[in-house]
Amino acid sequence: MASNGTAGGPYLAVRRLTKSFGAFQALKEVSLEVRRGEFVCFLGPSGCGKTTLLRAIAGLDPQSSGTIEQDGRDVSNLPPGQRDFGIVFQSYALFPNLTIAANVGYGLASRGQGREAIAARVTELLALVGLSDQGAKYPAQLSGGQQQRVALARALAPSPGLLLLDEPLSALDALVRVHLRREIKALQRRLGVTTIMVTHDQEEALTMADRIVVMDHGVIEQVGSPVEIYRNPRTPFVADFVGRMNLLEAKVAGSGRVELGALSIAVADTAGLSPGTGALLCFRPEDVQVRGIETGAANALEVLIGDIEFHGAYCRAALSAGQGAGAVGLVAEFSINLMRDLAPETGKRLRIALPPERLRVFARDSAGR
Amino acid sequence: MSAAAAPAGGRRWARPSLDAVVMGGGVVLLGAALVLGIALPLGYLLAKSFQNQDGQFIGLANYIRYVTTPALFLSAWNSVWVAAVATLIVIPLAFVYAYALTRSCMPFKGLFTAIALVPILAPSLLPAISLIYLFGNQGMLKGAFGGQPIYGPIGIVIAQVFYCFPHALMILVTALATADGRLYEAATALRASRTRIFFTVTLPGVRYGLISAIFVVFTLVVTDFGIAKVIGGQFNVLATDVYKQVVGQQNFQMGAVVGMVLLIPAVLAFVADRHAQRRQSAALSARAVPLVPQPEAGFDRAMLAFCAAVAALLVGIVAVAAWGSLIRYWPYNLSLTLANYDFERFDARGWETYRNSLVMATGAATLGTAVVFVGAYFLERTPGLGLLRAAVRLIAMLPLAVPGLVLGLGYIFFFNAKANPLNVIYATMTILVINTVVHFYTVCHLTALTAIKQLDPEFEAVSASLKVPIVRTFVRVTVPICLPTILDIFVYMFVNAMTTVSAVIFLYGAESKVASISVVHMDEAGQTSAAAAMAMLILVTSAGVKLLHVAASSTIERLTQAWRRR
Repeated sequence: MASNGTAGGPYLAVRRLTKSFGAFQALKEVSLEVRRGEFVCFLGPSGCGKTTLLRAIAGLDPQSSGTIEQDGRDVSNLPPGQRDFGIVFQSYALFPNLTIAANVGYGLASRGQGREAIAARVTELLALVGLSDQGAKYPAQLSGGQQQRVALARALAPSPGLLLLDEPLSALDALVRVHLRREIKALQRRLGVTTIMVTHDQEEALTMADRIVVMDHGVIEQVGSPVEIYRNPRTPFVADFVGRMNLLEAKVAGSGRVELGALSIAVADTAGLSPGTGALLCFRPEDVQVRGIETGAANALEVLIGDIEFHGAYCRAALSAGQGAGAVGLVAEFSINLMRDLAPETGKRLRIALPPERLRVFARDSAGR
Repeated sequence: MSAAAAPAGGRRWARPSLDAVVMGGGVVLLGAALVLGIALPLGYLLAKSFQNQDGQFIGLANYIRYVTTPALFLSAWNSVWVAAVATLIVIPLAFVYAYALTRSCMPFKGLFTAIALVPILAPSLLPAISLIYLFGNQGMLKGAFGGQPIYGPIGIVIAQVFYCFPHALMILVTALATADGRLYEAATALRASRTRIFFTVTLPGVRYGLISAIFVVFTLVVTDFGIAKVIGGQFNVLATDVYKQVVGQQNFQMGAVVGMVLLIPAVLAFVADRHAQRRQSAALSARAVPLVPQPEAGFDRAMLAFCAAVAALLVGIVAVAAWGSLIRYWPYNLSLTLANYDFERFDARGWETYRNSLVMATGAATLGTAVVFVGAYFLERTPGLGLLRAAVRLIAMLPLAVPGLVLGLGYIFFFNAKANPLNVIYATMTILVINTVVHFYTVCHLTALTAIKQLDPEFEAVSASLKVPIVRTFVRVTVPICLPTILDIFVYMFVNAMTTVSAVIFLYGAESKVASISVVHMDEAGQTSAAAAMAMLILVTSAGVKLLHVAASSTIERLTQAWRRR
C-alpha cells in the first residue's frame, strides 16, 4: 500500500472543506490530517457535521469547496467508485436477497478475480470476523451484531486503503456494542487499515480511537488523543460534551484567582484573561477532593450535601458552597469506597477541596454558542 | 477567503461517474417520455378549446357557447347528480363490507374479498348489459321500477354501484385495517360504549380514507364512458357528450371544451385525495399495535349476512351476463348455445378484436412495467438533479388526474397533428399501448415507489464503494427484492388494458380495434348477446390472469424470496 515512500506525510488530508445546503453551512472550512494506519473518531452531537464530513471524504455527498487528498492523490472531484475506501453504515445495508458469502464477495466479482480466488478471500474474511460457518445464510437469519460483522467483512474484502464507519454500533444492544468495540479495534490494529469512525457516543470514541476529532456546528473544536481531550479540553463545548463537567460562571479576580459567587478560588492559569472579565470555571466531578485535605490546602471549602444519586460504582452528589445569594452549586462524584468510609448523607456538611491544577478557566463569551 | 485560495476553494464540478450518467440520463429520458405522453397532449387539448374550426384563437368563445347551450349544460348537471346518488349508495355499502372484512371474525373473508374484486376484472359495460337483460325492454323483471325505464339515470346508478364498489372497498379496507389497537384498549378501559368508541375512535381514524373513497367514486362515475353509453338511453352526461361531439358531430373544439370541463372534478378529486392520504399516513405512528378483532357471535353473523347479500348481488349481475351470452335468442328461445361467441357474425373483425386486446394488454403490461419500475428507481435514487427530479415526479402524478376520455382526446389532437412527426403511430397498436401505459401510469408508479423506498438508502453507496456498477446492483439486488411488486404492476396494467374503453375509443384504427370497443359497437348495433359474450370473454381473461398471478406469486415467493424467512 505504501506505494510512494511518503511514510511521514498524512495518508488523508482534508483542506478547508465547506459544505452548504442552501444557506445552511454543514461544514465550515474544515481542515484535518489523518496518518496512515490511524484510527480516528469524529465525535459530536447530531447535526455537528461529522457524517457530512465522512460522506464528503467518501465522495457520496461532494463538498461545496475545499480539497481532499488521499495517499498523495487529489480525490476531491472523483465519484465514490473511483476512490479507495470501504464503508459500513449504521443500517449495515446488507443485500437481503444475497447470502452472507455473496455479500462479502460482492465487491470482488467485478474486479476480474477468478471464482476460486473470490471464494478463498470470502472464507478468509468470514474467518477474520468469526463467522466461518454462516456463509450460506441470509442476513435476516443473523443477529444484529453478526450482521454488523458481515458488513465489516464486505467493506474490507477488496482491501481498501481507508475504512469508513458511520455510527456502526448505534443500532446494537449495549452489551453487544461493548463487545464489538473491542473486536473492531483489535481487527483494525491487526490489519493496520486507516480508519475513520463517526459516532455520537463519547465512550465509544474514548475507548477506540487513537485520535478524536470533536466537532460542533460544522467546525472542528479540538483534535487530540482520548486522554488529551478528556484532561485538557480546549473549549467549554469539548469540556461539556466529553465526560461530566462542572461549568460554573465566575469572574477573573487577578492573576491566579477567580471569584466564584462569594468564594475566591485559586487557579493554575487564568487563560490570559484580564481581571474583571467574566469567565467559566471548569472541573470534573471526580476531581473534587474529599480525603487527605491538609490544613491550609488551597480552595478548601465547607459544603452542604444535597441529593445523592446512586450510579453503581460511584455516587453523584449535588453540593452547595457558601451561603445565601452567594451560594454556589456544584456536582461531585464519590467512589463507592469513599461512600463506605465517610458515609456522606443529604443534609450533612462536608469539607472538600478543589485542587488548582485540576481547574480550568475559559473566557465566558466562547461559551456563547 | 483570499483570492489566492480561489483555485482550491472555488466550486469545481465533480467528474461524473458512469453511474451518474446512466441514472441522470434515465431521469431525463423518463421526463421526455412523460412530456410526450401526457403533458403535450393535454396542452394541445387546452389549446384546441380556445380555437375555432380553422385553428384560429378565439378566446373563451367556445366556453361561452358551452355555458349558453342548455343541452350541454344539462349534461353536466346530470353527471353531477347521478354521481352524487351513486356515491351515496356505494360508500355505505362498501364501508360496512370493509368493516366486516377488517373488524369482525366472520368466516370466508378471503372468498368475500375475491368476489368483491370481480367488478374490477370486467369492463364497466358488463353490469350495464346485465341490467338490460334484467330490466330492459324485454327484461324478465321489466317494470320493477314502477314504469320507469332502466335506460337512464336508474340504470346508470345501479351499474355504477357495481362498477365502483371494489374501488371504494379497497380504500376503506386499507383505512380500517390500519387501526391502532391501543386506542381501542384505552377507550375500553375508560368504559366507553361500543357506539361511543365507533364515533370517537373508529370514524375519526378512517375519515381520510372515507374522504378519499368518496372523491374517487364520484370521479369514476362522472368520467366513466361505457355505462352511460350502453344504458344511458336519451339521458345525456358529460362523458357521452364528449363522444358525441367528437365522433358524432366531428366538433373537435366543443369536444375539447367538454373534456376540459370533465377534467374539473377529476383534478379536484386528485387534490383532495392527495391531501387526505398525506394526513392518513401521518395519523398512524410507527409504533401502533395492530387491532385484532374479537369473536362476537351476533355481530359476526350479522356481518356475514350482509356480506353474503352484497356478494350475491355482485355474482348475480355477472351471472346474468354470463347466462345471457350463452342463450340463443333472449327472451324467446332460452336454449343454450355458443353461437354468440362466433363473433365474425356480429363484427367484421370478429375474434381479431380479442386477439388485439391480448396483444395490447401484453404490450402495455410489458412496456409499462419496465418503464414504471426503472423510471421510479431512477427518480428515487439518482443523486442530485433536485429540480429536474421534482418536475418529473410532478408529471408522473398527472395521469391520475386525467380521465381516460380526456387523455384520448388529447392524443387525437397531439398525435394526429400534421406537423407532428409522431403522427405515423396514430390509429396503430403502438398508440393504444402508449396511451394505456400513460393512462394507468400513476398508480403503478406509486406502487413501485413504495417498494423502492423500503430498500436501504445506502445500497447504491455501498455498491459504489465496492466499485460495482449501479446497473449490476439493480439487476442483482433491487429487481429480485421487488419482484412481487413488479408482478403486481404487470397484472394491474394487463387487467386495466383489457377492460378500458374510455381512452382507446378515440384512438383505435380498423386494424387495431380491441375487444372492449367491439362490445360497445355490438351493443350499439343491438347485438346485446354478442356484446355480453365479448364482455364475458374479457372478464374471464382478466380473472384467468389474476388467478395465474396468485398461483405464480406463491411459487415465485418460494423460489426467490427465501431470504425473507428468518
